[in-house]
Amino acid sequence: MKKLIKISIAIIFFAQLLVANKPGFQNQEMSIIPAGIYTPLYVDDTTDQSVKVESFLIDKYPVTNEQFLEFVKKNPKWKRSNVTKLFADQNYLMHWESDEKLGQQVNPKSPVINISWFAAKAYAEFHGKRLPTVAEWELAAMADENHADGYKNDKYISRIISWYSKPNSESLPPVGSVFKNYYGVHDMHGLVWEWTRDFFNALVTGESRASNGINRNLFCGNGSVGTTDFTNYPAFMRFAFRSSLKANYTTRNLGFRCAMDLK
Amino acid sequence: MKKIKYITAFLILTIAAFILSSCDESKSQEVQEVITAKLTQAPHVPPPITRDYPAKVKIELEVLELVGKLSDGVEYTFWTFGGEVPGSFIRVREGDEVEFHLHNHPSSKLPHNIDLHAVTGPGGGAEASFTTPGHTSVFNFKVLNPGLYVYHCATAPVGLHIANGMYGLILVEPKEGLPPVDREYYVMQSEFYTEGKYGEEGYQPFSMEKALEENPDYVVFNGSVGSMVGDKALRAKVGEKVRLFVGNGGPNLVSSFHVIGEIFDVVYQEGGTTRNQKNVQTTLVPAGGSAIVEFQVDVPGEFILVDHSIFRAFNKGAIGKIAVTGPEDEIIFSHKTADELYSGNKKDFGSIDPTTGTYRDNNTKENYVPQFANEASEQDYSSLTPPANNESKSENSSSTNDDLAKMGKQLYQSTCSACHMMDGSGMANVFPPIKDSDWIKKNGKAGMIAAVANGMNGEITVNGKKYNNVMPPQQLTDTQMAAVLTYVYKEINKSNETVTVEDVKKYKNSNALTRK
Repeated sequence: MKKLIKISIAIIFFAQLLVANKPGFQNQEMSIIPAGIYTPLYVDDTTDQSVKVESFLIDKYPVTNEQFLEFVKKNPKWKRSNVTKLFADQNYLMHWESDEKLGQQVNPKSPVINISWFAAKAYAEFHGKRLPTVAEWELAAMADENHADGYKNDKYISRIISWYSKPNSESLPPVGSVFKNYYGVHDMHGLVWEWTRDFFNALVTGESRASNGINRNLFCGNGSVGTTDFTNYPAFMRFAFRSSLKANYTTRNLGFRCAMDLK
Repeated sequence: MKKIKYITAFLILTIAAFILSSCDESKSQEVQEVITAKLTQAPHVPPPITRDYPAKVKIELEVLELVGKLSDGVEYTFWTFGGEVPGSFIRVREGDEVEFHLHNHPSSKLPHNIDLHAVTGPGGGAEASFTTPGHTSVFNFKVLNPGLYVYHCATAPVGLHIANGMYGLILVEPKEGLPPVDREYYVMQSEFYTEGKYGEEGYQPFSMEKALEENPDYVVFNGSVGSMVGDKALRAKVGEKVRLFVGNGGPNLVSSFHVIGEIFDVVYQEGGTTRNQKNVQTTLVPAGGSAIVEFQVDVPGEFILVDHSIFRAFNKGAIGKIAVTGPEDEIIFSHKTADELYSGNKKDFGSIDPTTGTYRDNNTKENYVPQFANEASEQDYSSLTPPANNESKSENSSSTNDDLAKMGKQLYQSTCSACHMMDGSGMANVFPPIKDSDWIKKNGKAGMIAAVANGMNGEITVNGKKYNNVMPPQQLTDTQMAAVLTYVYKEINKSNETVTVEDVKKYKNSNALTRK
């Protein structure tokens, strides 16, 4: 069985690659993000910390409740009642009616939430994918509807801030309901926060009123010290959010999508 | 077996003795009591602390993101400590050990934390309290310094978290406590930066541009326009001592805190513990800082709290009120006792005699008529009323017919002519004529007096033309009214009618008007 899965994964994987190398590639599920430069929000002023991001594939939509339910059915150890606290806190999938039933309150097409990093990672690996890195996610998220560098437009920033500023709505809209960006990727902003593979890379340590390399955090003082673009408030908020998480945490507005290498 | 019994008995006795001895200890500086602090929402303050020893104080504060009212018809998303802006008021005592629980509600979109300026430690607790939605952080601190401190959220981007309402006050009472007062209130100023202009209705998103320019549309007390006016005004009774715990959440502006019509008897500058200023009119409250002010209210009335950067008060919302009730004290404050005519004639002032260099008093006090004088003491005008047996002479009872005519004319020109014109011809389609007016003929003295005293509004027809406007009630004494209406009859309409003070008394409260 395991062998079968592995083989099938490999087949899917290679198929992806074959198609993916064609220019303008977009398959049913994933979009290609061309290589680019991403400058992290928190960098040491003394060295150039820009990250070159190789081109990669990313899911067009966040993973939905019905997709995750499918995964849970095939992987019983990720059922709500089977998961250990180590891998997901007690709110894991709490919005579902039961282990294998979404219930009336949950839209199957809405992004899955109350998911831990471990659960997201397991889902991605099961599908032969992985979670995007912070750099990959941020690079893909820079695009607005018509430009790869939409984030340079204040209006785009304002739109994102206004979403972050509103409390969570009672029920989440289905995926695809926000906007489709330049790369054909939907809902990067305005629907849910999303897990990244290395979400803790801007880990919060120590007090930030002094800047000393990696040992800085997101509190008072950091708006002026060690940030590349202090008007990029949405990025601040994402980093703050990522920093507040642990890998077993689950929250009501945090989902995920998968990525793949293009090599 | 016996041995074991002895040992147990011995052990029990020692433990009992130990317990008893520790109970004997009087209240030392050892923290032994655990108290859950009662927090209050502005403008209320928890009661003074009566303990004379430190305690372990448990504080529970919940972060909630919610849409609320910034002004009438204006909604904004507030991020709050305790569900309201400003955050709940915390009151502890110097030396207390605080166990702080910060809950971030599961519906929150963002992580939050708290930086209490009363904390001695990195970030004021910011890092220790960094909390993702649906989680609770607990940390402990000891309050070493007494004073009135601001607390605020310090999660990046800090400015945004503060701009959305995440601030409040924590009072660390000095060991000896604060001097007793009759009333304590919690007032916190802050600004809001909205996409729309002041008063623009609907949901208003945060404007980063205005925040960076430090150009707010709203400057408010206690989180919204009108939070302390009308039936929400602060209350006090004449003779009471009032203490205000004033905070400024910013995020950007410094407040020039002032109470119109009051002088702060005592100010604890910047929220420190020294009563270091007396008799202060306006005190500065820095962003992220505080002040404690105390004053006794001596007379009844409404006292207005403002940021004396005055356009903020009258055009951006920085207004609150203290409604003081109780008996008047005419010595401390009399209200208006006179409303004199002033012609602008130089001779009314004293002047320096250029030849001698000495001061000359030219004041002649003409036409002095008390505005709110007791009707009984109003002087009689022999020309208008039969002489009364009232010999009490006030300083200006020597009024003559000429004086009255002059008064009537001046009053007409200063009060009536703006609408009815100098010659009484009115303004076409707007204000009716009072010269040769069939309305006056029809309604007579009674109608005129009632109109002047009580005002008029609604549609009336004068000389065949319709008018629909408002005439406000005129604030005139009976004598003034008699004089001005006599002027209208005699001078404007060239008739021999006169209006007497008695007429005025008779008709001013009547429903003489056929039409409103």
